[in-house]
Amino acid sequence: MTVLAIAEHRRGDLRDVSFELATAGRELADATDGDLHLAVIGGAVEEFADRLDREGVDVVHTIDEGEEFNHDVYTQAVAALYDEVEPDTLLMPNSVNGLDYAPAVANRLSLPLVTDAIDIESDGVLSVTREKYGSKVETVVEVDANRAAVTVRPGEWPPAEGTNGAEIQEFDAEIDESTVHSTVTGFQEVGGGDVDISEADVLVSVGRGIEEEENIALVEALADTLDATLSSSRPIVDNGWLPKNRQVGQSGKVVTPDVYIAIGISGAVQHVAGMKGAETIVAINTDPNAPIYDLADYGVVDDLFDVVPALIEAFGGEPPEV
Amino acid sequence: MKILIAVTEVAEVEDDFEIDGLAVADQYLDYDLNEWDDYAIEAGVQLQEVGEEVEVVSVTVGPERSEETIRMGLAKGVDRAIRVWDDALEGEGQLGVETKADILAAVAEDEDPDLVLTGVQSNDDAFGATGVSLADEIGFEWAAVVNDLDLEPGDDVASVHRELEGGVEELTDVELPAVLTIQTGINEPRYASLRGIRQAQSKEIAPKDLADIGLDASVTESPITLTQLYEPETESDATVFEGSPDEEADQLADLLRDKGVVEG
Repeated sequence: MTVLAIAEHRRGDLRDVSFELATAGRELADATDGDLHLAVIGGAVEEFADRLDREGVDVVHTIDEGEEFNHDVYTQAVAALYDEVEPDTLLMPNSVNGLDYAPAVANRLSLPLVTDAIDIESDGVLSVTREKYGSKVETVVEVDANRAAVTVRPGEWPPAEGTNGAEIQEFDAEIDESTVHSTVTGFQEVGGGDVDISEADVLVSVGRGIEEEENIALVEALADTLDATLSSSRPIVDNGWLPKNRQVGQSGKVVTPDVYIAIGISGAVQHVAGMKGAETIVAINTDPNAPIYDLADYGVVDDLFDVVPALIEAFGGEPPEV
Repeated sequence: MKILIAVTEVAEVEDDFEIDGLAVADQYLDYDLNEWDDYAIEAGVQLQEVGEEVEVVSVTVGPERSEETIRMGLAKGVDRAIRVWDDALEGEGQLGVETKADILAAVAEDEDPDLVLTGVQSNDDAFGATGVSLADEIGFEWAAVVNDLDLEPGDDVASVHRELEGGVEELTDVELPAVLTIQTGINEPRYASLRGIRQAQSKEIAPKDLADIGLDASVTESPITLTQLYEPETESDATVFEGSPDEEADQLADLLRDKGVVEG
């Protein structure tokens, strides 16, 4: 089986998922003693190609088109390289940018597409494991086709390491500029403000379980009592209850505090991506099956509206009425 | 200007549930408007409020049951709705990306919108691919994971922010016609007013089958087959504090003292 995987970079640096794709691709290629091709499009392609020459990588294709990601360019480039390499399986990152071109590539090449894979196997038939209903169930889908496209969830495979002496090949994708109808005009850091949650030693983090905006005061009081910093999962920021600079997760901040207290947070994969590096994780959540408990070191499976006031009182504080 | 919004009804699973074959047993499922689509509806209705002669149409692939969800959009300001369903789609469970994109493309070609809005993903299947696949199918430009939209009705170009990972947004200009997949947090979805709910009752929900939109049952053919569905094994090795809330809080307080979070 020949596997083609597409690396990802942003603002001059390869993203971790590029090396994870190399591992996933090698595992899949090994199943049939096949070749693994990687490709990198745009930016410092030669430098990137040197770094992508990791164990298990047979060929790295460089496509020197533009500095940054542009989905019109990527879609054309990947489709053209696909026609050249003729892989059995095309792997792309299930990142924001991956989801901005992978479906178009699959559509253009009439490839069946399975997104957000957490496991991939092949015994002649490709089997892809993915989650459904917010991680409550896992599903396995089989792809009864000779060729397929799969996007791979970041963080699920270890990054490929070492070097392999891969062949590095330039590829001219012959991009038709007249079909490029979107233009990236810049980047913007979000958040800002006077608090940097990524610097905090102790984070008290609040999620959807808090139910109402006025109830945030309860968690805020706990943070004050512990002299900790208040952070949150995405829905709290989406609702405008806390500013964006407090958001922990894939699209927010990555945090590594000594202690992370997750209150009313279920532990969606996007949130976990931002806080799994915490040294000690404490979860307070009524659902014992919530994914946050897969990560937590300590848990209180109970109603936060009973536990948090009691905790504030245990330290001599006075919880607010909510 | 015409805006087409793809609206999905999604199933949410209760905390405790049972699996029946290759699906969660139906009694443990609640159906609701897809969270991401709620933000897409709001984005469309806000554009309608800015410009004159902006028509907002929703399209849903779903059985009759989904009309309740469709009416939520109508109550929030969507002008009319299209609902596509067919016997051939019954029992398909999870429709593949290609099937959904083909159906939506057929409706889009019929409606000829200037802008298509969808949610980034549905919160049940979470494929996150329909919008971009649709865009490529109908030859529209697109942008995925949009969390800021600057567009006046009549403009040829939409200026959007795409929410990347790590607190970074990409600023992109997208030529219309385009498909934008809308991220939560882009706006504040309105609640349906009582007046809106009353008005929604008289708005049109046009039911269409596959033949009505020029397709046949072959659109459901997919090489992707669901073969397993199961609860993931818990990997938890957490120490769980037990007792009354006060007792649990005391144990947690001891832990936080041990960890040096609080002195004394």
